[in-house]
Amino acid sequence: MYIYDDYDQKIVDARVAQFRDQTRRYLAGELTDDEFRPLRLQNGLYIQRHAPMLRVAIPYGELNTKQVRVLGEIARKYDRNYGHFTTRQNIQYNWPKLEDVPQILADLAAVQMHAVQTSGNCIRNTTSDQFAGVAHDELIDPRPWCEIIRQWSTFHPEFAHLPRKFKIAVNGAKEDRAAILVHDIGINVVKNEAGEIGFQVYVGGGLGRTPIIGALIKPFLEQEHLLSYLDAVLRVYNRYGRRDNKYKARIKILVKAMTPEAFGAKVEAEWAYLKDGPQTLTQAEVDRVTAFFVDPAYETLAGDDAGFLAAKASNPAFARWVERNVFGHKKAGYACVTLSLKARGIAPGDASDKQLDDVAALSDRFSLGEVRVSHEQNLILPWVKQSDLFAVWEEAKRIGFATPNIGLLTDVICCPGGDFCSLANAKSIPIALALQESFDDLDYLFDLGEIELNMSGCMNACGHHHVGNIGILGVDKNGSEWYQVSLGGRQGSAASLGKVIGPSFAQDEMSEVIEKIIKVYVDNRHPDERFIDVVDRLGIDPFKTYVYAGRAARKEAA
Amino acid sequence: MSKIIRDRQIVEDNATILRLNEDGSFAAVPAEGVVLVSLKQFIAQKEALLARGNIGVWFAPDDEPEELGDEAKTLAVIAVEFPAFTDGRGFSIGRLLRERYGFTGELRAFGDVFKDTLNYLYRCGFNAFAVRADKNIEDALKGIDDFTEYYQASVQQPQPLFRRRETV
Repeated sequence: MYIYDDYDQKIVDARVAQFRDQTRRYLAGELTDDEFRPLRLQNGLYIQRHAPMLRVAIPYGELNTKQVRVLGEIARKYDRNYGHFTTRQNIQYNWPKLEDVPQILADLAAVQMHAVQTSGNCIRNTTSDQFAGVAHDELIDPRPWCEIIRQWSTFHPEFAHLPRKFKIAVNGAKEDRAAILVHDIGINVVKNEAGEIGFQVYVGGGLGRTPIIGALIKPFLEQEHLLSYLDAVLRVYNRYGRRDNKYKARIKILVKAMTPEAFGAKVEAEWAYLKDGPQTLTQAEVDRVTAFFVDPAYETLAGDDAGFLAAKASNPAFARWVERNVFGHKKAGYACVTLSLKARGIAPGDASDKQLDDVAALSDRFSLGEVRVSHEQNLILPWVKQSDLFAVWEEAKRIGFATPNIGLLTDVICCPGGDFCSLANAKSIPIALALQESFDDLDYLFDLGEIELNMSGCMNACGHHHVGNIGILGVDKNGSEWYQVSLGGRQGSAASLGKVIGPSFAQDEMSEVIEKIIKVYVDNRHPDERFIDVVDRLGIDPFKTYVYAGRAARKEAA
Repeated sequence: MSKIIRDRQIVEDNATILRLNEDGSFAAVPAEGVVLVSLKQFIAQKEALLARGNIGVWFAPDDEPEELGDEAKTLAVIAVEFPAFTDGRGFSIGRLLRERYGFTGELRAFGDVFKDTLNYLYRCGFNAFAVRADKNIEDALKGIDDFTEYYQASVQQPQPLFRRRETV
C-alpha cells in the first residue's frame, strides 16, 4: 500500500496543527459556530445528537494492521469502545469530545491517517473495489489511480468550497464493486486496443433526494490527462453548480439541467486550456505510485489446497461460510475473506476495539498484514492461503465476524440512522436488527440466496437504499417514523434504481412487510432464480398486491 | 482608511468599492482616489473610467472573467468578493484571471475573509486580503502559511508536487 514520504507527512501534520488552532479559537470564542462548522466538517467532525461524530478517512478502503490497531486504540481511549464502518469505506466514532479531536488527528497522523475532507462541500475520500489488487476478475489495479486522485484532491485550493459534497469512485474489475455509476464522478480504468491504460469517465450519478445513474462523458481518457480533466470537470461544477438550494446543488442536477452532452462539451472547452499543462501526469509519477501497489511477498502455491477441499467436504458449516464469505483470488492457492460485520444483534458495520485488535492479529498471522473495508460495511482479509481458511474461520467465529451471510438478506447496508445522526428522519438500526432476528435461520437464509437489502434513515441515502434489491427509506410524517419500501434496485455494472411499491409503513409493520415480499419471491421463483431476477421478470405488482392486501387504509402520503 | 494585507504586509488602503445603486443603475464615480467598479460598470463605461485613471474592477462570484478577458492585463487592481467564505467560485475567478488572462496586478479578496481562508486564496493567486473588520488582521496574516507544501499546481506554485518531489 502507499507509504507516506516526508512531503505527505508534512502536509498531514500541517493539517493537524491548523485544526488544533481552529479548535482552540472556537473554544475561545474567536470563531463563531457558523465559521467553525465548515472548517470542522472538512476534518470529518459533525455535531450529532449525542456528541460530536468524527469520520476518519480510509483511502479506498485500504489499511495495514498498525492502522487497524490505532483505530481500536482511538475507540478505547476517546470513544465508547467501538467504531462504525461506513458505506464510503471510512470509519466513524460517535462519542468523541471536541477538545480531544486535535489529539485524535495527531494520533492518526502518526500512522499516516487523517480525517481530511471526509465531510463538507469538498472532494471526499476516493472509494474503490474492496478486492482491488487481489480480485480474480480484475483487469487493472485501480489503487495507484485512487492514490493519485487522493493526492490531487487533498487540499485542492480551488475546490475546497464547492456547491456541495463531491464523491469519486474508481473501478478496475470486470464487475463494478465500487458503485461508480452512482458517484459524482465514476472512473472505470480500461485498456484501449493498443493496450494503453485510460479511463472511462462518468459524471452526475448519485443517490440522495434525486437518484440518477451517471452519464458517460469521456469514453477514453488517456492516463496522463487524468488530473487536468478532473480539474476541468470540477471547475465547471464549481462555477456553475447551483448554490441557491442545497437539494439541487449536486453535480447531477447541473448535468441533468445542461444535458450530459452539453456538460461534456463545456468540460472539453475548459479542458482545452488545461490539457498538457503542469498537471499532466508524468510516467515517473505513475511508476512511483504504482510501485507501492505491487503484490506482497506471497508464496507460489500449486492451486486448490487438498486440506481445504477436504475440510469443505466434511464440514457443512465451514462450506457454507466459504460459499458466502470467501471470494476468488487472482493468485492460485489464495483467497479473499470477508469478515461479516452483520452479526445478529449488532448494528451493521460496528466493530469494537477488541474486535479491531483481533482483526489486526488475524491479518498479521494470515493475511500479510493487510485489511480492507468494503462499501457494504464489512472487513476483508485480502491475502489468505486456502490452507489457512479453516483456521481463519475458527478465529473469525471467536471474534464474532464469521456470520456466513455476505450477499444474503441479512448482509444489510445500513446508515447509523436516527439513533445517532441528526439528519435522519427515522431510525434504521432497529429495523436491521429486527430483520436479522426474523431471518436468523441459516438454512432458510441460504435457500433465499442473494438479496441485497439497503436502508437509509433519510433522503441523503447514506445506506444506498435506491440500489438495494429491497430498499428501505426512513421518512418523517408528522413527527413519527415511517418507512418507504422500493424493489428492483441493484448496484454494480448494471446499476439501476428501485421502484417504490406504495405508501410507507410504520416501524412495527416492517418485519411483516419484508416477510411478505420474501414470500412472493419464494412462491414465484424458478429453480436458481435470484430475488432480483424474479422482480425483473414479474415487476413490482405481485409484491405490491400481496403486501398491501387486506391492509387497512392508513392515513398517509405515498 | 482601513488596513489590508498586501504582499504579506499590513498596509493602509483607501480604495473605494463602488456598488451599483439599489435600482441597478450605475453609481457616480467619486472624483478622487482609487475606485474599484463592478465588472458591469467597467464594461459599460470603460473609456471614461480609463480616462479618469486609478480604476480597478471588482468581481461578484457570478461574474465571468471571460467578459474581461485580456483587458485584465491593463488593470492595476482586481478585487473578488466572497459574500460567504463557503462560496468557492471566487477561487476559480482568481486562477482564471492569473493563469488564463495574464493578470499580474493586485488581486484582492474582500468580504468574508479571515485567517482560515487565506491559504487557499493565496494559492489561487490572491496577494491582497481585505480581512473582515471584526477579525484580527495580524493573526489572519499567519493563515497564509497554514500549509507550505502542496500536492497541486496552483498560481503560487505552478508545478505540482509530483514534478518537484525528490524521491529518496
